[in-house]
Amino acid sequence: MNAVRVNSIIKTYGKKKEITALQDISFEVKPSELYGIIGPDGAGKTSLFRILTTLLLADSGNATVDGFDVVKDYKEIRKRVGYMPGKFSLYQDLSVEENLNFFATIFNTTIRENYDLIKDIYQQIEPFKDRKAGKLSGGMKQKLALSCALIHRPSVLFLDEPTTGVDAVSRKEFWEMLKRLKEQGITILVSTPYMDEAGLCDRVALIQTGKILSINTPQGIVDDYKKPLWAVKSPNMLQLLNELKERNEVEDIYPFGEYHHLVLKNNIKREELEQWIKQSTPEAVTVEAVRPDIEDCFISLMKN
Amino acid sequence: MKQFLSFIKKEFLHIWRDKRTMFILLGMPVVQIIIFGFALTNEVKNSKIAILDYAKDAASTSLITELDASRYFEIDKNLYSYDEIEAEFKKGKIKLALVIPQQFASDLQHFNKAQVQLIADASDPNTANQLTNYATAVIMDYQKRITNDRKLPYTINTEIRNLYNPQLKGAYNFVPGVMAMVLLLVCTMMTAITIVKEKEMGTMEIMLVSPMKPQMVVIAKAVPYLVLSAVNISSILLLSRFVLDVPINGSLVLLLFESILFILVSLSLGLLISSAAASQQTAMFISLVGMFLPTVMLSGFMFPIENMPLALRIVSNIVPAKWYFTIVKSVMIKGIGLHAIWKETLVLTGMMLFFLTVAIKKFKIRLA
Amino acid sequence: MSTDKVITAEQLTKRFGDFTAVDHISFEVQKGEIFGFLGANGAGKTTAMRMLCGLSLPTSGKATVAGFDVYKENEKIKKNIGYMSQKFSLYDDLTVKENMRFYGGIYGMSDKQIKDKTVFILKHLHLESEGNKLVKSLPLGWKQKLAFSVAIFHEPEIVFLDEPTGGVDPVTRREFWNMIYQAAADGITIFVTTHYMDEAEYCNRVSIMVDGRIDALDTPSQLKKTYEATSMDEVFLKLARKAVRNAD
Repeated sequence: MNAVRVNSIIKTYGKKKEITALQDISFEVKPSELYGIIGPDGAGKTSLFRILTTLLLADSGNATVDGFDVVKDYKEIRKRVGYMPGKFSLYQDLSVEENLNFFATIFNTTIRENYDLIKDIYQQIEPFKDRKAGKLSGGMKQKLALSCALIHRPSVLFLDEPTTGVDAVSRKEFWEMLKRLKEQGITILVSTPYMDEAGLCDRVALIQTGKILSINTPQGIVDDYKKPLWAVKSPNMLQLLNELKERNEVEDIYPFGEYHHLVLKNNIKREELEQWIKQSTPEAVTVEAVRPDIEDCFISLMKN
Repeated sequence: MKQFLSFIKKEFLHIWRDKRTMFILLGMPVVQIIIFGFALTNEVKNSKIAILDYAKDAASTSLITELDASRYFEIDKNLYSYDEIEAEFKKGKIKLALVIPQQFASDLQHFNKAQVQLIADASDPNTANQLTNYATAVIMDYQKRITNDRKLPYTINTEIRNLYNPQLKGAYNFVPGVMAMVLLLVCTMMTAITIVKEKEMGTMEIMLVSPMKPQMVVIAKAVPYLVLSAVNISSILLLSRFVLDVPINGSLVLLLFESILFILVSLSLGLLISSAAASQQTAMFISLVGMFLPTVMLSGFMFPIENMPLALRIVSNIVPAKWYFTIVKSVMIKGIGLHAIWKETLVLTGMMLFFLTVAIKKFKIRLA
Repeated sequence: MSTDKVITAEQLTKRFGDFTAVDHISFEVQKGEIFGFLGANGAGKTTAMRMLCGLSLPTSGKATVAGFDVYKENEKIKKNIGYMSQKFSLYDDLTVKENMRFYGGIYGMSDKQIKDKTVFILKHLHLESEGNKLVKSLPLGWKQKLAFSVAIFHEPEIVFLDEPTGGVDPVTRREFWNMIYQAAADGITIFVTTHYMDEAEYCNRVSIMVDGRIDALDTPSQLKKTYEATSMDEVFLKLARKAVRNAD
């Protein structure tokens, strides 16, 4: 049985249903899988999570979580999922411990009962348990929020953009925590606008304007990328970009870190490539064949 | 049940930790009672009046003495003709003149009926109205006394407007008004705001996803404000009884019962607002404009409803505070029992059931 | 002082009580440079940026922005800078044109200037048909691009960008950076913060703040060499992990 099964979900907003948030979305998540929904703001991630956590009704299609229907069995689902909404902030005026205690009681449990599950995470903030949640740093808040979402030992955990606005250090720590949770058998659905986080998931669905572009393992997505991809660099990057954009052989070129990534229509030899780049840009140019990463794939999928 | 209690505890923590708001909520009734009771009172004290006494007999003299002796008036001048009255008014010091006709005493003696004339400077109609009311009351007092003294077979009964407020104290009107205002503010506005706050913070989503019944969330949010309101009612009643000397003439139990009824109406209104509002500002705006203003304007507390145009009189019927205001006045000041206010009580009960049903129906188990 | 130094900061410090948010930072930014201003949450970026924008008075130290002193001439500074952040950009309930008219008006531009510039920008962004639409009806990526155009509407010397691309899709993010390059080529100095480490690579120079101090300042390639890292992400993690402070 799949932990989550989504079948042809359509969701629109507005009086005349003029805004489409999700257009015919289907996917499945296996038990204890770390599943990433990767896409920019406005892709429909939050709508999808709200439908799965029974907070929203889809226009059509159906979905199950832990085998229960999200419409019919919403009460059953509410007992067994954990959810961290995107804009979720804890009760700022309650202490760390009071927050956790409160959520434990609301979910009919106690901290002690499930301490082993949150121990790893909670221990890091336990020294500050009397501090008000409002006085915690971003990273600590996030740990507390995760502890609260886990306190009733959910079978499926929904994390809506948990790392948005969080700095690189805290993001890294957060993903390490998720990995350990997964080992405890919890199915995790996590959404993020950061493409580089895709590689940390077991499987990902790339989503854009309410449509799924691709579902695969991170490796699989990269392997699906068949076009020749080169990294190019010169002292004048803007000029390089503008010059190469005009060439017929070039399908796409875009900045990528310290390089520009150059997508070609046909395979050519390195020497040949260097040659015609030098024609237009005589300055010292570095050219290297590179393996695509998720972001290259996303860009390519988006443009098709 | 444990969830419910834990939720209520959390709500109390929120209130307790936000000392400033708590202080305002508990201090506001005290301040209002004191301000309305003393500073804003429309009581008359030692107002200067003029006397035009054509009679100059024993009765007129004692009536004048009576007026002078009361703490409301002070005789400033004795006049000798009508023309002088207007002249005095123009000077502005005097706002009221008493004209006693000739044969005042004999009229009283022979016909048990005498006329006096009160002339007020009505450029400020409110003051004029008040002064004439006060003067009338003093004259009536006097009349009653001489009637009793002489044990005459006839008593002259003139209609007295302030029948139940012989001392004409302003506080009598303000105490019920402040009670209605404070309860509405605390219950309606604060309940609406706190619920909407959970929506804004995203915690409402968690609550909905939790096994806790959504209705329970809402009721748990309302409980602390019920308690807070009970504290407020007590402090208002204590203050008005012992500081403003407003007695509680009727049954205290009945008064408290009616207050709780009104609190429930206000809480249901708060819940209703919270289901419609998406932000704390909207909740506050709806509470203030939609609830607070009508309470002040249309409950009869600031402006008498009888004097309003028909349309407003009809509208005033849907203002819960109007009914509560009538009830409190009746129970607290007139000392009447439930038999006289069952109609108002019924209206409030109906309102409560209506708002509560709509609020719970409108409360969503899902988002938008 | 040379005229091509658009921002200079010398021992710039801001204390809140006994908490030193910004601790004696010194740096210079050249005209037309794209200057990346990185740091973990709570490292002091926002406070430093506020001082440079003339919104907050430093506790000590010196700084000039566009040649004006941050202590005395903050009104002049405000006239010569543009500002855009992910959180505050355009008014959702005004149309694109109304927003431009408003911002142009704030900076005292004439009606004709505003009109010409509006036409120019809409054409440049291929949004001619969207001019009369409410901002809230536009996709996030367009909004951010428009917001940037509005931030440089009055042709400021420097534009401060506070996490301008958060949550934006990768294609639009790059289009956004193209606009930044273009603005820099036109002589506008760019001062930008971001959580995307690949974007740090697009900057001419990058400074990394840790616990209120600037721990590193160099070109991306030099930083990678110094810290023996293969990417800016690694450089950042190496530096930011040293942080002891835990504020937000």
